[in-house]
Amino acid sequence: MESSIPILLGAAWLLPLVSFALILFFGPRMGKAGKGASYVAIGAILTGFVLSLIALIQWSQAPEGQRPLTDNWYTLAEFGSLQLTIGYYIDTLTVIMFTMVTLIASCIHFYAVGYMHEELHDVTDHEVTLSDGSHLTRPGRFHRFFQYLSLFCFSMLGIVISGNIAMTFVFWELVGICSYFLIGFYIERKSASTAANKAFIVNRVGDMGMIIGLMVLFTTLGTFNFGDIEDSEGNKTAGIFAQVRPETGHADEKHGGESDHAAVGNQQFILTGGGAPSGEGSEDHHGHAAPALIVPDGMVKAAARDRIAAGEEPNEANIEKWRGEGLGHGLLIVAGLGIFCGCMGKSAQFPLHVWLPDAMEGPTPVSALVHSATMVAAGVFLAGRFYPVFTVEVLLVIAVIGCITLFMAATIAITATDIKRVLAYSTLSQLGYMMFALGVGGWVAGMLHLITHAFFKSLLFMCSGSVIHAVHSNEMTDMGGLLKKMPITAWTMFIGCLAIIGAGVPLVLNLGFSGFYSKDAILAQALSFATQSDNGIYRLMFFVAAAGASITAFYMFRLWFMTFLGKPRDEHRYEHAHESPKVMTYPLLVLSFFAIFVATPSFTDFFNNSSAPLTGALEEVHPVGSHTAHSPLLAAKGEPAMIIPPEHESHVGMIESMGMSIHAVAGVIAISTAMGGLLLACCLYWWKVINPAEVRDMFKPIYRFLLGKWWFDELYDKTFVKPTFFLSRLIAGTDKNIIDRLIDNIAAGTRWFCTGFDTWIDRLFVDGLVNWVARKTYAVGLALRAVQTGKIRQYIVLIVVCTVALFLLATFGFAG
Amino acid sequence: MWLLTEPVGLSHYLIVGAIMFVSGAVCMATKRNALGVLMGIELVLNGANINFVAFGSDFLSRNPSYGIGLDGQVIAIFVIVLAAAEAAVALAIVLNFYNNYSTVDVDQADELKG
Repeated sequence: MESSIPILLGAAWLLPLVSFALILFFGPRMGKAGKGASYVAIGAILTGFVLSLIALIQWSQAPEGQRPLTDNWYTLAEFGSLQLTIGYYIDTLTVIMFTMVTLIASCIHFYAVGYMHEELHDVTDHEVTLSDGSHLTRPGRFHRFFQYLSLFCFSMLGIVISGNIAMTFVFWELVGICSYFLIGFYIERKSASTAANKAFIVNRVGDMGMIIGLMVLFTTLGTFNFGDIEDSEGNKTAGIFAQVRPETGHADEKHGGESDHAAVGNQQFILTGGGAPSGEGSEDHHGHAAPALIVPDGMVKAAARDRIAAGEEPNEANIEKWRGEGLGHGLLIVAGLGIFCGCMGKSAQFPLHVWLPDAMEGPTPVSALVHSATMVAAGVFLAGRFYPVFTVEVLLVIAVIGCITLFMAATIAITATDIKRVLAYSTLSQLGYMMFALGVGGWVAGMLHLITHAFFKSLLFMCSGSVIHAVHSNEMTDMGGLLKKMPITAWTMFIGCLAIIGAGVPLVLNLGFSGFYSKDAILAQALSFATQSDNGIYRLMFFVAAAGASITAFYMFRLWFMTFLGKPRDEHRYEHAHESPKVMTYPLLVLSFFAIFVATPSFTDFFNNSSAPLTGALEEVHPVGSHTAHSPLLAAKGEPAMIIPPEHESHVGMIESMGMSIHAVAGVIAISTAMGGLLLACCLYWWKVINPAEVRDMFKPIYRFLLGKWWFDELYDKTFVKPTFFLSRLIAGTDKNIIDRLIDNIAAGTRWFCTGFDTWIDRLFVDGLVNWVARKTYAVGLALRAVQTGKIRQYIVLIVVCTVALFLLATFGFAG
Repeated sequence: MWLLTEPVGLSHYLIVGAIMFVSGAVCMATKRNALGVLMGIELVLNGANINFVAFGSDFLSRNPSYGIGLDGQVIAIFVIVLAAAEAAVALAIVLNFYNNYSTVDVDQADELKG
């Protein structure tokens, strides 16, 4: 059956592009001061959401709903075997992401109509002072804002739907440029343009790695496609995933026996047993091994090119032998690390996290979009999409980086006073959680957290925007006591805070806010991972993650208490504060609904699954069963094998020493650390039992360290920016003082020489020739002058003589 | 070929023309009197006229189809007209010259020498 899902999603994807084009060309003429632009953009994204929703429902009901759909829509270019195509790869993750992105983007669009209303007329920007001391007044840019929002959504959806890594890269960069436009929306402000540049440049660093990854993948595998593409003659070209995890032959010994993939036939390896049509497979979708990761033939050949050049035949047996020797494994690691490098830039992972807090310079709806559904989600999404290709070494790197990010960002968030910056660091921290989850094998946990986080973080950002809109300040030190003034914002934000800290009741009820499920899953997976191997570092990572949960609770409620409770710190601002218009509060209500319920288990058999519909749906597509490290790299160093447990383990596994299930332990730890943080926040900022100022003084060095954001900006300034400036100045100096001077001198010399030479040539040859001709002519004239005697008789004689001579000449000279 | 024994033909006319031409030329070259020079010119022109007329005559031509026919006579008349015109102009010059220099010696008229 030809599925209509690709068409639905394709339309949902392209609609924002149409809206972008319309606003681009007709924006200022749309309604009064471009207000119509918002209707166009909202119409496009809302229709996109409806289409995605239809697709989601179809997908969940279709019998082939388990199977990724992939094909190419359009070939952009072919260079030899290199094909650049626009295609789609649709699995459950794609469909869920589409619905999530369009839903959140719709809410943000509505919200932005209210938030950006000042842009409808001329704006005086009080943060820009002109040289004459006045403030800049410029025309409003309402339509332009929606134009970029549309392009942003289009790019993000492009990444989600894209069927090959090259197309992903294109939209990847589009997302980058859109974030550049939107972060620098108030371009006249120095801080905004700098932040936009920073975001763009830091992302380039990550993209550099991504390009390396792309090159490795293409040169060794010869394809960019994720899935297998069938051409019109029915020939299948194996995609990246199929090459890295082929169906047969290389199954991990440990799981080889129980793999029931033969039954699935040549269908997507990405399915675990849950997708198999065979009866017993669908009951338990855990515990079945996905096809094990092997080094694809192309990489083995590329690594063994010396041997092939030396005459060894690259036949199957030899390739098998070389694979056994570990050839090509490095290439696979490089590919994985390269792609992850791109994700690191986009998702602002340590050490490329520095752009995200600065991105707060953009208008708040942009922050909400960037931090939830688009930009940063793109990185995690790609890491999730590319999960089958990551080797265990890469996963270890991902886990470590995620762990560092989550902890570092959480600690910085404690001291930040700018309400948006607190949220920005919390985003960083949550992104760290996602990456960490992916790294320790928790694909479902990571993806689940991506989606739940998108809802509550966009909610939190929009609440903060609503507050900023009311008090016209970002600083929490200007706020306080706003609960009475703006109850809807306050309570929706309260829900958001509860969701982000993962409030819920573990063990018996196992009910909670959306964040509860995802964070629980992450910690459970981390604990499961830590128990599998006897390595202190792995355990430490679990405890760091748990501590992060506690810090999250602390700074989120610090934010909420400082903003909404207590006495107003700034009476003037407090007096002017008011609840935001309905167009801003309604999206908050919608999002808070989802922030609570998006991951809640449902009793309906929505996805044929007993757990939460969202979790269940994700579990059905999760790509990797288990990893056991046969890493030549680790083995060479005498490290213990790294075991990444299947996620199923985190549900059923037990910790023998404690006699409790991993899941229960993790759940209890998660909620108790969160409650601990919450309690501390209450003590400091609500009950005022402890004076924050005293605590600050007590830990002065740490406080300053955190306030300085771990001095990363300074570090980068010293290590990269300053040397770059120095180098560029050096090069500019070389250019100006040496090269330019040399060229100037050469030019002057040439000029001087040419002038002389030219004069010489002119005088000697040109003038000389002319003068010579003139002189000769003169001489001839002078000589002939003697002939004209004025004696007529001489003339006559001359005529006669000449005539006779002519006759003689004619007769005897020419006649012969 | 002995001309005097021949019947009068083209050659005889040509010889007469040639003698007239040469006489005229010699006259032009030797006479210092401007009028003498003019006479020499008349001789030269008429020597040429004889040639034209002779070549144009059907009687003299051994093969009339090679002659120049009536054209010879026409050119001769043309030359006579020209000579008349030329003589008129030349005589006017001479008269003027005489008025200025009181002489008709052509050797005195060398103001335009190079």
